[in-house]
Amino acid sequence: MNLEVIVFGVMFVVALGCSMAMLFAPNAVHVALFLVGSQVALAVAFLLQGAFFVAIVQIIVYAGAIMVLFLFVIMLLGVDKREALTEPLAGQRPFALGLGALLAAQVLYVVLRGVDFVAGGGEGGPEALEAVNQDPGNVKALANVLFSRYLLPFEVTSILLVVAIVGVMVLARRIGDTGSRPISQPSESDGPQPIGAGSAGAQPGAVASAGAQSQGEPA
Amino acid sequence: MNGVDPGFYLVLAALMFTIGVVGVLTRRNAIVMFMFIELMLNAVNLVFVTFARMHGEVAGQVLVFFVLVVAAAEVVVGLAIILLIARRRGTADVDEASLLRW
Repeated sequence: MNLEVIVFGVMFVVALGCSMAMLFAPNAVHVALFLVGSQVALAVAFLLQGAFFVAIVQIIVYAGAIMVLFLFVIMLLGVDKREALTEPLAGQRPFALGLGALLAAQVLYVVLRGVDFVAGGGEGGPEALEAVNQDPGNVKALANVLFSRYLLPFEVTSILLVVAIVGVMVLARRIGDTGSRPISQPSESDGPQPIGAGSAGAQPGAVASAGAQSQGEPA
Repeated sequence: MNGVDPGFYLVLAALMFTIGVVGVLTRRNAIVMFMFIELMLNAVNLVFVTFARMHGEVAGQVLVFFVLVVAAAEVVVGLAIILLIARRRGTADVDEASLLRW
């Protein structure tokens, strides 16, 4: 029990610290790394609360796949560009901070006042979840619920993923590449191009942008 | 597992969500804003898991699973859009995309 308090304290500090550091890091890569840190800390929080499957998925999908995607796009757009931390819109930053403080006050008020109300509503407490984690196991219990009560949302999720894939393929298609070209000659001009082709040039002229790309400097 | 009161987890989630909101409001790089949205989704996931524990049910953890899937789809589509904008304008700064401003 005491150990859990210690782990929670460390997790709390790391998660909040990484989140705060995200606000002040000027470089997008640093922001991404701090986000990974806070996500790993949250995975620890999930473990502490008996959500073992979710914790592992959090690390694999969030800290792994999604953050790699972010870093990929950051690198594709150029790492060296520092975001100017000066605000062109006068007074926006204090205003945003004020709104943030207001939101924090509201949410914390709801949390601190509402916990007892919510906690009384369920059938079981933490003991019930522990029993479930013991007997069928966390993953089995999740699967039982997911494939019975939430079967329809699960299938809708698969449709969502297919739509996202098709949408991204349509979006990432180069402009001017309408597909009218016969497939049998995909040859010289766009053969050696990397996957993110055309990221450099922004012009439809594929050959010109291929030349710019080999120098590796977008824009 | 009765050491830490669930309220502390909720407090952490609330603070992280607020940080995410402030980040979206203050930062101007579209990718960075997107990462703060991910931070907000993460905070909500923590709330789901905490409520799952308080109610002694795994349904909250299933909802986290759905949030993860939606976040993945959202990230893929959003990053593709950001990439297109950055290709066209040479920067991912949201202040530069001012075509609709009057």
